[in-house]
Formats: sequence, structure tokens, C-alpha cells
Amino acid sequence: MSGLDAGVDVTGQAAAREGFEALARALDGLLEGDEVYLASFSGEDSDFVRFNRGEVRQAGAVTQRTLTLDLARGRRHASGTLTLAGDLEVDRPRLARLVRDLREALGHLPEDPYFLYATEPRSSERTDAGALPEGAAAVAAVQAAAQGRDLVGIWASGAIHAGFASSLGQRNWYSTRSFNLDWSFYHRADKAVKAGYAGFTWDEAAFRRKVDWAGEQLRAVARPARTIAPGRYRVFLAPAAVHEVVSILCWDGFGLKAHRTKQTPFLKLVEGEARLDPRVTLVEHTAGGVAPNFQEQGFLRPDAVPLLRAGGYAECLVSPRSAQEYGVATNGASAGEAPESLDLAAGDLPQAEALARLDRGIWVGNLWYLNYSDRSACRTTGMTRFATFWVEGGEVVAPLDVMRFDETVYRMLGDNLVALTAERELILDANTYGGRSTSSARLPGALVDDFTFTL
Amino acid sequence: MLDEIEDLYRRTAPAGVEATSLRYLAERAERVAVRQGVLEPVARSDDAGVMVTVLAGGGQGYAATSDLTEAGLRRAFARAKGWAEATAGRGVVDFARVPRSSARAEHESPVKTPWESLPLPAKVDLLRAACEGLAADPRIVDRWAGLVGIDTDTLLLTSDGGRVRQRRRALIPQLAATANEGAETVRRTFGGGAWGRLGGLEVLEDTGFQAAPARLAREALELLAAPDCPTGTMDLLLAPDQMILQIHESIGHPLELDRILGDERNYAGTSFVTLDMFGSYQYGSPLLDVTFDPTRAEELGSYAFDDEGTPATREYVIRGGVLLRPLGGATSQARAGVAGVANARATSWNRPPIDRMANLNLEPGDSSLAALVGRVERGVYMETNCSWSIDDSRNKFQFGCEYGRVIEGGELKGVVKKPNYRGVSATFWRNLTGVGDGSTFQVHGVPNCGKGEPNQVIRVGHATPACLFAGVEVFGGAS
Repeated sequence: MSGLDAGVDVTGQAAAREGFEALARALDGLLEGDEVYLASFSGEDSDFVRFNRGEVRQAGAVTQRTLTLDLARGRRHASGTLTLAGDLEVDRPRLARLVRDLREALGHLPEDPYFLYATEPRSSERTDAGALPEGAAAVAAVQAAAQGRDLVGIWASGAIHAGFASSLGQRNWYSTRSFNLDWSFYHRADKAVKAGYAGFTWDEAAFRRKVDWAGEQLRAVARPARTIAPGRYRVFLAPAAVHEVVSILCWDGFGLKAHRTKQTPFLKLVEGEARLDPRVTLVEHTAGGVAPNFQEQGFLRPDAVPLLRAGGYAECLVSPRSAQEYGVATNGASAGEAPESLDLAAGDLPQAEALARLDRGIWVGNLWYLNYSDRSACRTTGMTRFATFWVEGGEVVAPLDVMRFDETVYRMLGDNLVALTAERELILDANTYGGRSTSSARLPGALVDDFTFTL
Repeated sequence: MLDEIEDLYRRTAPAGVEATSLRYLAERAERVAVRQGVLEPVARSDDAGVMVTVLAGGGQGYAATSDLTEAGLRRAFARAKGWAEATAGRGVVDFARVPRSSARAEHESPVKTPWESLPLPAKVDLLRAACEGLAADPRIVDRWAGLVGIDTDTLLLTSDGGRVRQRRRALIPQLAATANEGAETVRRTFGGGAWGRLGGLEVLEDTGFQAAPARLAREALELLAAPDCPTGTMDLLLAPDQMILQIHESIGHPLELDRILGDERNYAGTSFVTLDMFGSYQYGSPLLDVTFDPTRAEELGSYAFDDEGTPATREYVIRGGVLLRPLGGATSQARAGVAGVANARATSWNRPPIDRMANLNLEPGDSSLAALVGRVERGVYMETNCSWSIDDSRNKFQFGCEYGRVIEGGELKGVVKKPNYRGVSATFWRNLTGVGDGSTFQVHGVPNCGKGEPNQVIRVGHATPACLFAGVEVFGGAS
């Protein structure tokens, strides 16, 4: 592809960094007496191109800058979030007004017994320039890849920025330039193949391999479909499907607050009434992910926090607020106490042997729309989606019509877990709610017996 | 500010293109919450930005920015124009064919008691009292009461002379009580977080917020002691705060025209509904009447014009069980060649409009709740959604509720926990056998409907009576 902007700071990473420093200096000058501020900055300069049937549905760009300011006097504090222009002359008076408003609010607020912030400044910086295609070149590449096929999906690219500053002198800065092409090839109705290509440096050959793989899968999807009756089946969950299972567990599964208020789906595991397979080890692996390693009260995250170890519950993610409430140390979790850089340990099943080991059953390419159907029992429901196949004798026989499952994780990753693959896949989250996600997960596939389909 | 934006638009919109528009959105919000008797950090936000669009050579591009200076808008228009030119001739439609708005109007949602009229300390006191009301027993291990006040201003300007300014104020009240005993935890909430409405603090009285904590705590404790929901195929009576999810997931989403056209297939999914079904397809029993109604003032998804400037009107989408029209705005209508509704909406200034539900309501029938219960020989009554899942064609669904009661011999009996049910949209609505009257009718709002690429979460409204369904697969927990 022509039009690579390798190494060129075309979207203003340096300018964003300088703007953040200028904001912090401006805030330093606005404080009175013994006031303290904590400031979290986020921003992005993104291109978004949406495709349907290989053609462009919507194309555009988003530039946004947001600052959340927490103003504190002792244990009293008040916070406000402001969308910034990115021009200090415009933003300075708005910041001053925000500080005045928060100072006025402090007079009406009680002391917060759970307020905790980093008091020993630990500054950090991470900047990755990346090498991304220019927008028009990306559109041309995607449309060329479609080659008359029914391609639907989204191209997202550009810079993502995050920063933390405090009046104690701490400065943390994160800026990356990345792309995420999340797409599907459709055969007809709901028969399709899902694929993705994401990273920091565009590699035409890697993209072609992804497209060729999806094209091969599409040919298999085009075979006559098979419908199965509800029941229990041996399944192979591809890494994307395992990702969906692990993602639902992040909903209250690993936070200290959910743990202490008994809302965690792992309640039976914690209470010793259930156990996962000893091969299941899950880590919040910040050092191996792509997310910032600091959070909104200025705490840095350790390189790794074990969440599940050898099938048992290991540690919780602890936000500063929960740390203060429950009297334990924080490990740099954000307020939601959800993992952002998941790492599920590999097993010993060679990926190349997965079909043969499955022998007769269902190859599940993706799962979708999971939710708890009995949270206390860690039972989840959800659907198969995209390329999911009926397999006999270790060979793909037919695409499967979508099926609903309802199954406890204790069976899925416990009693009925046959194997995890030796190879793992790095999945860069394509979500763009509010802004482009920096979450990721590195996961194996899973071979599971007696997986319960219900509808 | 609005005058300033209008002036900037005139000065920065490029000449020599087919059309331009500017959509400004400013949203101020405040969240106040008390958990376990302790005030959580009060969160205020002040968000503002614009999205500009340029139509050039049949291509359309957008650019969104929070830089509202003249230089910022000039840069945004240049980027939008660049995208329009780069994608001209590569689009799903010749965007020059899409009707453009020249509407000029002002609209403001009614408010009786503005959010600002109650000082922050009084809000905190109100929430402390609500949180205290949830503390009925040591087995209540977590309790939480919160309010979110939202004030949204929008201005849509078009090169065809359009100018639509709208202001909507909303209140979202929330309560939750979590009870635990051993390895069993149950949760009871104030309508699953779906009591949000347009309006001010009067919403608290209209929704019964202050009386709710004692009931929710009592019901949470009842659930702890209750048996699991029975398993079997039986009648199912759904309260309005579960009906809203049933309507949302298995009527609203499958009728969105952009899904039918395939836009959402990579993310939110497709639809089992096809264009040839409109006008003839029997979606439900003859008792099923569903309206798209953004004109109902207190509902969360109300407005006078959508984000493409199309005037909003009330329309039947299903009447007498027959499917009549899709939920598609001007762009989707131009692509599909069918009549739709005014539902092109964007979650904020930084996302482009797509087809949304706004308010989608099930019209009341003529049965009291007692009459609906009286018709059930064996069944379950379910309240308040807590789990939702449906396939990407919006057909095979499974929902779970917080609270259930067995119905036997035409009478409500004991409480059951973890009530779940599953079915298929294409047949479920045809088994609608009873529709509650006005006495069972409630207005709710879903604050977190997710869809679109890039992703957008938006507030929608649903109003519905209680409804009775026959022959539904019902079940409980894993124990």
C-alpha cells in the first residue's frame, strides 16, 4: 500500500504532549492554600470509515480532548470533566471556571473516608509513533481486499493519548498511533466470517494473509448449513470465542468491591464450593498489553496481577477507593476494577491438531452477546456467531445454524475442559464507545466436552 | 454560545461543495450517589463539540471536534471535505440523493422542577435517606442510591437554511440492594435502572422513588429465602420493567432499517426481518400494537426533530399484529425506498447519526393485572430485567429477571428467584394472549442501548403495560 506515514507525527503526538504539560502548568497556577489537584487527560485523533457490502457507509474523523479534574482540600474533594478545545488560550479560562466551581462545591461536601491518591510522584512516559496508512489508502486497501465479496466492518486509526498530572509534580503520559480493521465477509443472511487486523505498523503481507484466511473460511461457510438439536456437544472454542467468555467474567469477576459485597460470579470459587481446571491461570498482564499503566488517582499498575491461579481464585483488582474502604493496598486498578490486559495461560494442544482432537462436534469461531443467567453459579448464556462448523472425523462438514448455549464456567473451564491450545492469539479490542479502546487479551483456544446448547 | 456557533458556521463552511451541515451538542451532567451510607465522589461533566459534514461529488464526509475556535472549525471542514472527496463514488448510496433538511424550529422538553433547584446538600440528604431505607437487615451487604441529572442542548444548521435547536433535560434515578447468605447472592433494583425520563426532579415523585427502598430491601430478602423458579413450558406474565427489554431487543432492534440494510452485520447484527415483510407479515397476535412515538413528552427518547433534521411524528410500526414500517431515518429510507420514521440519532457530537429506536411503545389493551393473573392456570410472573441475550438476527433470545412469583389457579403465589425464560422472536409475539390496560401501563427508559461502528450508546424510551404470553419455556438457576 502506498501512503504510509511511517514515523511522521502527522496527528500531533508531540503537540498533544506539550498541550498536556501546559494544562498541568496552568492548573498549578490556579490552586490556593493547601489544595491538591489530580488531573486525568484523554484524547484521540481518529479516522473512522464504515463499510457495508464493500462500499463506504460513513467516513470521517474525530478529534477530542477531555480532562477530568479532582480538586481536593484534605479529605474533601470534588471532580469535574471538561471537554477541551486543545488551545490553551481557549481552555485556560474554562479551567479557571471549573476550579472555582469545584472549590465552591468543596464547601458543601463532607469528608470522603475512602479518598486515596498517589502521594509519592512516579512519572512515566510511553510514546509509540506507529506507521499507519493514510485514510484514502486504507479505504482503497479494504475495498481491494473485498474483491467483490460482501465486506462489512470498520476501519479505525490514529493517535490515542492519555495523561495524568497532579499538583504533587507527578506526570504520566501515554500516546500511541494504531489501527484496527474489524470486518466480516458475508455469504448470506447470518452466514459470515469475522476477521480483524490491528496493530501499530501496517504490514501489507500480514493483511493479505488475514484476507486470504477469511476468504478460505468464507468458502466453507457457503456450504449447506446444518441445524442441530439442543443438547450437549464437544466443542472447540477458538480464541475469539474464549475471549467472549473471559470478557463476561470481567463484569464483576475480579474487582475487590464485587468480591467483598458477594456480587462476584466467582462466589462459589471463593467460598470453596467450586473449582476450575488447574490449567486455568489468568493474569491482568499490563506489561504485555497496550493500555496505559497508570490510573486516575495517579497509581501505577504492576506488570502483572494474577487473577486465577491453577484453577483457584488468586488476587483481586483493587482501586484506591476499594483499598481505602476495605483496608488493603491498591494495585492500580481503575474505579471499575475490570481487567484491561488479559492473559490466559497457554495449554499443550497444538493448534494444528485441534480439529483432529475435536473429532466430532462443533468448531465455534465466535460467541456473542453473553450474559449471566445465574451469576452466583457463574452460569452464562450466549450465542454462536459467524464461522461455526459441524465437524466429523476431524473434518469440517458444514456451517452450523446459530445456537444458544447456557453453561456454567465451572463446567466449561473446569470439569469439562479437555485442553487449551499451545498457541495463543493477541486480540486488540475494537470497541470505540466514547473513544478507541486500549484493552487487549492474549488467549488460547479451548477444547471442551459436554457443552450445553439449549435453543 | 449558539449565536457564536451559528456565526462560525457561516464563516467556516466551505464554498463550492454540494451541501454542508453543522451539529453542535453541549451536555452538562451531574451524578450524585450514596453507597453504604457514604457519599461517592460527585461527578460533574461539561461536554461540548461539533460534527460538521460536507457533501461533495456524491460523497459525504464528517469531522467532529471539540475545538470550537474558528481555526478548529476550518480544520474540521477541511477534513470532512477530504473524506467526502476521497469516498465519492465509493459509497453505499449517492448521498446527493438523500433528502436534506431546511427545517427551522425550537423545541424544549418540559420540566416542572429543574435539577438545579435542589441544592447539592439537599440531594445528598435525599439519597442518604434512600440508601438508609435499603438497610433493612444485615444480610443486605451492599446498598446504593443515585441520581443523574442531564441537560442537553443541540443545534443543527444546514446549508439548505435549516436551523433546529432543541434542549432536553433528563433525570435517571437508581437504587440497588444486594443480599447475601453463604454462596447465594441476589439483587433487587429500581426497575433495573430503567426509570429514567425526560424532566426534572418531579420524575422522583412520578416514579415512586422515595417509597421504593423499603420494598426493594424486603423483596431482596424474600428472594434469599425463595426457591428457584420452576422449569417447564407455561404461561408467562411480564411486568412493564421486563416488557421494555422484550420490546427493545425483539421488536426494536430487528426493525431498525440500517440493520435490515446490513450496516450492523459486523457488530450489533442483522435482522430476521426483510424488506418484503412490511405491510403483510404477522409479527404478533392481533393484540399487538406498537408505536414509534418521540412525541411523548416524558419519555427518555423524545424530541421534535431527529439529528438529520426530520420532523418527528408518532407512527404505528405494528398494528393488529401486522408489521407496517421499519425504524429508518431519511438516509436509510433513501437507500431502501421505503417509508420509515424520524430516528437518525447520534449519541453525541463525536458520532454520526444512525437508525435508533427513540421511543418504542406497546399500546395498552383492556385487561387489568388481576384479570391477566386470573387467566393463568399455571405460570410465572416476572419483574425487572437483569439478564439479556439475543442472537444477531434478533430471534433466539433469553432473558432473566430479578423477581418472580408463581401463578397457580389464577392467583399469585410464592416468590421465586432467578426466573429466566427463552424463546424465538418470530413466534413469541404470536403467543401474546393478554395486554394490560392503562392501570398497568408504565413509562420507562433504557439509558444504555449500544450499537454502531464507531460504537454509540444512547438513551431510548419504552412505555408498556404488563403482558401475558402462552407456552413459554421458563426455568430458574443452576442449583
